[in-house]
Amino acid sequence: MILWDWIPRNLGTIGQQLLQHLQLSLIPVVVALVVSVPLGWLANRSPALRAVLVPAAGLLYTIPSIVLFVMLPGVLGTRIDSPLNIQIALTVYTVALLVRSVADALAAVPSMVVAAATAMGFRPGRRFVSVELPLAVPVLIAGLRVATVSNISLVSVGALIGVGGLGALLTQGFQEFFPTKIIIGVVLIVVLALLADALLLLLGRYITPWVRAGAGARSKA
Amino acid sequence: MIEFRGVTKRFPDGTVAVDNLDLKVDAGKITVFVGPSGCGKTTSLRMINRMIEPSDGQILVNGNDIMQSDAADLRRGIGYVIQHAGLFPHRTIVDNIATVPLLLGWNKIKARKRATELMEIVGLAPEMAQRYPSQLSGGQQQRVGVARALAADPPVLLMDEPFSAVDPVVRESLQDELLRLQSELGKTIVFVTHDIDEAVKLGDKVAVLRVGGKLAQYDEPGVLLARPVDDFVDNFVGRDRGYRGLGFLSSDEIPLGELKTVTIGEAAPAGEEWVLVVDGERRPQGWLGAEQREGLETVSADRLVPGGSLYEIGSGSLRSALDAALSSPSGQGVAVDAQGAVAGAISADDVLRALDATRRDEQPS
Ligand SMILES: Nc1ncnc2c1ncn2[C@@H]1O[C@H](COP(=O)(O)OP(=O)(O)OP(=O)(O)O)[C@@H](O)[C@H]1O
Ligand SMILES: [Mg+2]
Repeated sequence: MILWDWIPRNLGTIGQQLLQHLQLSLIPVVVALVVSVPLGWLANRSPALRAVLVPAAGLLYTIPSIVLFVMLPGVLGTRIDSPLNIQIALTVYTVALLVRSVADALAAVPSMVVAAATAMGFRPGRRFVSVELPLAVPVLIAGLRVATVSNISLVSVGALIGVGGLGALLTQGFQEFFPTKIIIGVVLIVVLALLADALLLLLGRYITPWVRAGAGARSKA
Repeated sequence: MIEFRGVTKRFPDGTVAVDNLDLKVDAGKITVFVGPSGCGKTTSLRMINRMIEPSDGQILVNGNDIMQSDAADLRRGIGYVIQHAGLFPHRTIVDNIATVPLLLGWNKIKARKRATELMEIVGLAPEMAQRYPSQLSGGQQQRVGVARALAADPPVLLMDEPFSAVDPVVRESLQDELLRLQSELGKTIVFVTHDIDEAVKLGDKVAVLRVGGKLAQYDEPGVLLARPVDDFVDNFVGRDRGYRGLGFLSSDEIPLGELKTVTIGEAAPAGEEWVLVVDGERRPQGWLGAEQREGLETVSADRLVPGGSLYEIGSGSLRSALDAALSSPSGQGVAVDAQGAVAGAISADDVLRALDATRRDEQPS
């Protein structure tokens, strides 16, 4: 079923599609993280804002990706095959996921610890950066993992409008009745998603050494 | 010095947590706020560092109205210790302790050095420095909490039920250590507890609050035990207050009686009455009664009846003197000097006579 010798002949193209896939899926994660942290902070500070922001984010997430991909050029004035459409659409989805994650993560920081920080003389800005945000990391990383994996798979849909990284292998494979492309595409997308997920998991562990220290102490006791 | 002037706290829902509180906290002393749950202790305490702002009245710290200073700056000069310690779970012990010095702009090396010093002062082993709070026991965490509050050497320390989450034995050792620390540091400490025994043990002065946030009585612990102002305070102070009050009366007046002693290795004394057995340095070892002496030729360390509590002359209270007498098998309390050598006997009657004398001295003329 697979034409094995097709692979080495097309390594260059596959490599380019892989790179594009990564760019299309990961840049939105980074941008969305930067946008979501202040939004999540706002949502966590004021119950009224939370009541607006979190459902609004949830609503955004229900828009089918293909609709957003097709609509965006009209809204933004970009070219229909510009990678920007995909990146902006995915940023919207990621923000929708992460605002809630950030708000939940911040809400889960023990209020006694925050109060203790205030009582030590932290001003709100520094307290957020050095106490609340670090303590929110475990929940935040969980949100990031979901968003990243979901982006890596959503990018493929972009192939329907001509920008889709590895997704192009899938659409072409179907048009040309050429299973090799489809299988290679699927396998690479899955491997990419798993790798990204594992890397984020490791990153999370690395930057939150206190979490495992605590677990170790419990089991020893 | 901290002064509350007509301070009232009314929460938005209408709860009056503190009602027109007038109170002066002496500098360099431990002042305890005590009272039943919900009487406004925490609220009063947290108004001092502006974690809660008064609805009415004024609070002065060293003569300055706290509302005039920047809240964060004010807090950096006031140590704060809470129940369960409230440590930062994501920071190592040494970094937890270095928090306020770092906020004050000290460089990292100096702040860590200071933190290490403090670990020693509060009795934490140096190898704990790089652990996280979750790797410490409750008592150890509480020590870190105290060290963190002391790190920048603030003149004022606020403590909100700091020892209530640890078991009684650990609590007692933490209390003793706080008293030892305080005798060296002389901080102005405001300490909140709902435990009256802790209050009278730690407080130079004790403020009893009643629900509704009103001050019921503000006095030295001995006075509180001897003369509660009303039924509420009387009830709150609890049972045995007469006996516990003896802990605050000096025992210098008690005359010491003769005590019959025998040294280990000597011939067993004749007669029926109780004899205290001592070692070569005259330290008490136990008692010999009539029964134990039967057929005994030389006095040895076995066959002794264990003694009661010892009363150390010069540093004891009437309570420890009375306890020495009551807990001794012979009814004669053993008084020892600073080296632990027997100095004489104390009887319960002598203690009661000394108590009478103190009462007469205190009679208003
Ligand atoms: N933020 C708040 N809003 C409304 N009422 C409050 C608030 N904080 C405290 N109270 C009320 O104020 C009163 C005093 O509370 P506070 O915490 O000072 O009591 P406490 O003496 O420290 O009690 P405990 O011994 O249980 O800690 C209580 O009736 C409490 O319910
Ligand atoms: Mg309280």
